[in-house]
Amino acid sequence: MANPQKHVLDFEKPIIEIEKRIAELRQLSINEDLEIHREIERLEAKAQKLRKDIYTKLSRWQRVLLSRHPQRPYTLDFVERMLTDFIELHGDRNFRDDPAVVTGLGKLDGRPIALIGHQKGRDMKEKIRRNFGYPHPEGYRKALRVMKLAEKFNRPIISLVDTPGAYPGIGSEERGQAEAIAKNLFEMSHIQVPIIVVIIGEGGSGGALGIGVGDTIMMMENTWYSVISPEGCASILFHDATKAEIAAEAMKVTPTDLLEMGLVDRIVEEPIGGAHADYDRAAAILKKAISTELVRLLEIPRQKLIGQRIEKFGAMGVWKEN
Amino acid sequence: MAWFKRVKTGFTGQDKKNLPDGLWIKCQNCTEVLYKKELENNYSVCSNCGFHFRIPWNVYIDIICDPQSFYETEVSIQSVDPLKFKDSERYADRIKKAISTTGMSEAVKTGTGNINGLSVVLAVMDFRFIGGSMGSVVGEKIARAAELALRRRFPLIIVSASGGARMQEAAYSLMQMAKTSARLALLADAKLPFISILTHPTTGGVTASFAMLGDVILAEPNALIGFAGPRVIKQTIGQDLPDGFQRSEFLLEHGFIDAIVTRKELKQNLYHILTFFIDEKIDETQSIAKKLL
Ligand SMILES: [Zn+2]
Repeated sequence: MANPQKHVLDFEKPIIEIEKRIAELRQLSINEDLEIHREIERLEAKAQKLRKDIYTKLSRWQRVLLSRHPQRPYTLDFVERMLTDFIELHGDRNFRDDPAVVTGLGKLDGRPIALIGHQKGRDMKEKIRRNFGYPHPEGYRKALRVMKLAEKFNRPIISLVDTPGAYPGIGSEERGQAEAIAKNLFEMSHIQVPIIVVIIGEGGSGGALGIGVGDTIMMMENTWYSVISPEGCASILFHDATKAEIAAEAMKVTPTDLLEMGLVDRIVEEPIGGAHADYDRAAAILKKAISTELVRLLEIPRQKLIGQRIEKFGAMGVWKEN
Repeated sequence: MAWFKRVKTGFTGQDKKNLPDGLWIKCQNCTEVLYKKELENNYSVCSNCGFHFRIPWNVYIDIICDPQSFYETEVSIQSVDPLKFKDSERYADRIKKAISTTGMSEAVKTGTGNINGLSVVLAVMDFRFIGGSMGSVVGEKIARAAELALRRRFPLIIVSASGGARMQEAAYSLMQMAKTSARLALLADAKLPFISILTHPTTGGVTASFAMLGDVILAEPNALIGFAGPRVIKQTIGQDLPDGFQRSEFLLEHGFIDAIVTRKELKQNLYHILTFFIDEKIDETQSIAKKLL
């Protein structure tokens, strides 16, 4: 585990220190030294306890940091582990293929599904190619094209959300970023097949919601979802982008917050140490959560399903009325 | 766009302070000094350069609707502060202040009215109320306006003026984009027309939801319309934005609005568009719906 090239967040450091020590001892204990073996066991227990302590008491801002962890699994990492026979489909049939959004056909437990999701890049070259996960309008239009395809052939849709936001640039305005997102909200609210949405990393504003309307909305444990990024909120309302931590607290952006606000349906557990510590385990837990939901949704008559979906979003918000 | 650039210098010797209070007003665009009464008679449009002054909701209703035909709905719904949000000011105080300065309960007014005798459901936003931002109440009122249009089988008209979603309600505000769009999907499924009118400015979460979903989308001249605000885009790309970027004329050129219509021509244009959509079949269902109510 203790790979020196790994990116380490400040609050992860004590755990990484112990892991390093364990690795060193392991190298010493080639010939079954009982003392060293015991020390390793003691340290492992200590590391596990520390992980539990740290990861159950994360602040809102620490979860935001984890959602952006450079080693966090992205959409295609989950696809690789959850789906079989996956074929990626490219392009919006209009302008170009947006690499910040991936779409495709695959099978979940042998059942054909359509997959859409945001995609960030791992190394610098890929990060740039995928525009750091900021989609352009053609990304949303590609997603809609594949969703309409799923509807046509009566296949459920799984949407994995992980974007800092829709890209604010000249090209994206020229090609109608607002229209592309609005159209998706409109269409997704009455698409005639089940839609399961999971926030797997960042839920950045309209850019996230643009593929985020569905029958069941889930959030993985170390993610955030709000109307604007904590930095954006800090710079506009607090006139200081460095106050992002305060903004994250004020906006209440974590999965527990959104569950309490009645805006998401459930939280998907991550392995202790975060999804980046164990991709396979994170994907196995997520797959189980999606499969269970899918079985339930497929039993609901379609007309009822659509009615419930529109009502679900219709009920969101807080106000007073005499 | 030529009219926008023209700068009249005839009044250079006279500054704002010397203008008699309340009678005269300086155009923000061309600096022409205008007689207030005349400006009001001209739909609050500068007679020199065509600049559309920002107007409150009731003036918009007067421009669109037949006299005395507007009947307000959802008068008792009001915002609360669900997150106990505080930046430089408490959100609860911002709401109170906006209510007292505008006399409105929220940033949108909804109701029914007539356009040359045709019944419509209307929602008119007002930028003065916390920048016309959309929180739970604005979202809910727009959703209910769409619902009312569906129930009465009336066309829906929304006049937008908004800086986007209301940050102080965080994720609640975001979800209003989905809520309003979902209601409009029901309206579309019922084949009822929705006309969206974009005024200065219409940006962010409002543009990226109901404002861009009109069967017909009209805009006032030179209104700022976009997803991201110009300041954010400039910061992101690190270069100056081209002239006229994100203005109505730019959106028309790029194919995202149907037409630019001045306030003076708006009512007549709306009427013609509505008569195109409302045929005898819908009139029939309108009267059936009325009988059922
Ligand atoms: Zn002027």
